[in-house]
Amino acid sequence: MRVRPSDGLTGTQLLDMYRWMLLTRAYEDRAQELWSKGLVVESLHGSQGQEAIGVGACYALRPSDVVAPSLRTRAAFLVRGVPVRQFLAGMLGKATGAANGKATAHHMGRPEGGILLGSAIVGASIPVATGAALAFQLRGEDRVSVCFFGDGTAQRGDFHEALNFAGVMKLPVVYIIENNLYAEFTPIAKHFAGQSLAARAEGYGFGGLAVDGNDILAVFDTVSEAAERARLGEGPTLIECMTYRQRGHSSSHAPTEGRDPAEVEAWLKRDPIELFRGELDRRGLLGDGVLEGIRASVDQDVEEAVQFAIDSPLPDSAELYRDVYAEPGFGNEEAR
Amino acid sequence: MTTIAYREAVQRALREEMRRDSSVFVFGEDVAEPGGVFKATLGLLDEFGPKRVFDTPISESALAGVAVGAAMMGMRPVLEIMFADFTTIAMDGIVNSAAKVRFLSAGEYTAPMVVRMSYGAGARWGAQHTQSVESWLMNVPGLTIVQPSTPHDVLGLLKSAIRSPDPVIVLEHKNLYGKKEDVPDEEFLVPIGKAAIRREGTDVTIAATGAMVDRALAAARTLAAEGTEAEVIDVRSIIPLDVDTIVESVVRTGRLVTLHEAPVFGGFGAEIAASVGQRAFGYLDAPIERLGGAWSPIPFGQVLIDEYLPSEQDIVRAAERTLSS
Repeated sequence: MRVRPSDGLTGTQLLDMYRWMLLTRAYEDRAQELWSKGLVVESLHGSQGQEAIGVGACYALRPSDVVAPSLRTRAAFLVRGVPVRQFLAGMLGKATGAANGKATAHHMGRPEGGILLGSAIVGASIPVATGAALAFQLRGEDRVSVCFFGDGTAQRGDFHEALNFAGVMKLPVVYIIENNLYAEFTPIAKHFAGQSLAARAEGYGFGGLAVDGNDILAVFDTVSEAAERARLGEGPTLIECMTYRQRGHSSSHAPTEGRDPAEVEAWLKRDPIELFRGELDRRGLLGDGVLEGIRASVDQDVEEAVQFAIDSPLPDSAELYRDVYAEPGFGNEEAR
Repeated sequence: MTTIAYREAVQRALREEMRRDSSVFVFGEDVAEPGGVFKATLGLLDEFGPKRVFDTPISESALAGVAVGAAMMGMRPVLEIMFADFTTIAMDGIVNSAAKVRFLSAGEYTAPMVVRMSYGAGARWGAQHTQSVESWLMNVPGLTIVQPSTPHDVLGLLKSAIRSPDPVIVLEHKNLYGKKEDVPDEEFLVPIGKAAIRREGTDVTIAATGAMVDRALAAARTLAAEGTEAEVIDVRSIIPLDVDTIVESVVRTGRLVTLHEAPVFGGFGAEIAASVGQRAFGYLDAPIERLGGAWSPIPFGQVLIDEYLPSEQDIVRAAERTLSS
């Protein structure tokens, strides 16, 4: 039988991965509650149902690698070290949040942890992540850039331009499509006539793989191998993770608006956290009190973050004029 | 001093900066083997090799974003956009990404990158190869924009642009690539954000950019024959705009003509006029004259191009109008 990278994961690591998934889910659910109470100023784009992708992929990387999360790769921010409290404070528009209140949490960047700055223009991060890979290649570093985006974003021109460029340059980059079957409200059948997004990779001269995006170990294995190829100079990989968005496009929309109830039910049965819990149970890792312990510590983290975010101050209005340029007042500000 | 052409000044600036800083690299469509369609990157591939000077697919959108990503990771990319008109394709990377990197990360990330592009009308390249795009970009905080009109300035400004900690757009007028001038043999920089007075005068100020600077100087010679001394200011930098130099000139002359190739409406001349109106209103002896391209797409045929662009005679007449009121 083939040795899989995940075979080397210890019980402690597996439980840690489970904890990241649970923390991400608890965070999203709690943020939704706060949003309903009018406390969250950022429009939420819940990642419930897609946690296995961010956790599995980031767990397969080295600290020196970089990631460009999509607006629905919440897990990537957390696994790569953004404190839950800072992320949530950002969603509340607080001074302790992303860029001191200047940026949305969804697209925040953080050099510590290698999180590339995102953009609310879906697809813009594909060339940016590709450029990071170019920098690594130019300097001869064995670092990998990993870019997450959705099936809807895969229809942007930037997808084609960036993947073609990466293929030509053989860049150390891994593209991960979180195919959750919906582009905002539009089901995939209405925005994609092909059979497979992964198959597009052939046209760019590198490998494309489809994987069960709700199976965290499958994601971990596929990304581990892709990152290894990238490090060896073998170029990019496109990975299409099949998954399902359990919530609406954003916090303003009902979870299953306009969907077939049978489809929803079938996917909820394949909830990635429940699937992984079953796997951990089969491996005998869930002894007495283990689950309860994880849940309690996750809840504690989230509640501590909620308190921190609520207690945090709003930004000082002078913050507006900081970081426009390196030199304060540079540009044509005096015309104001 | 050595006499060099504008394109050679671009080559020299890139060469000097690439020698000085190993994080500088040059990429774009046909910039390596062919040396660029205007030969402004000729010779770089031979000296610096294919890792630091390379050709790319026709993918301006990706290239702009790639530059942002590489810059965020500590490189100093110099991207050539073959014709400035193609910035429409690269606009997202420039406007939504590059210009906002520092702000949206509170300075934790920066995008020290240069986008060079050939712009400008006057030769028969057609509507989508000849536009002056500074107005499209100058409403974007976070960007720096320079528009050098001489070999000396493109050399010194491009070097300053490459050393800038923020993204800089360098607009190179395609008709100037063959223009020659003596430049110092020793290294020098031209600071970004400083206008240059090309001709001193006492009667009217003409503030111009790029290839229009030479046309303004020609008009000034005609005006001098009639006894009018025009002061010609080469604006050089759109962001930041050196309002002080222009205002100081208008305080002396009492009259102002703004001049560029982009259409007058929404052109940078409007910004100059507004700033002068605000800061030197009491010194103005006549309404400000604004000259620019016609409100039409830029045509292909020469007769129509001549009609589109402000002519030397148009400049003379505008100056005369300020003097007659």
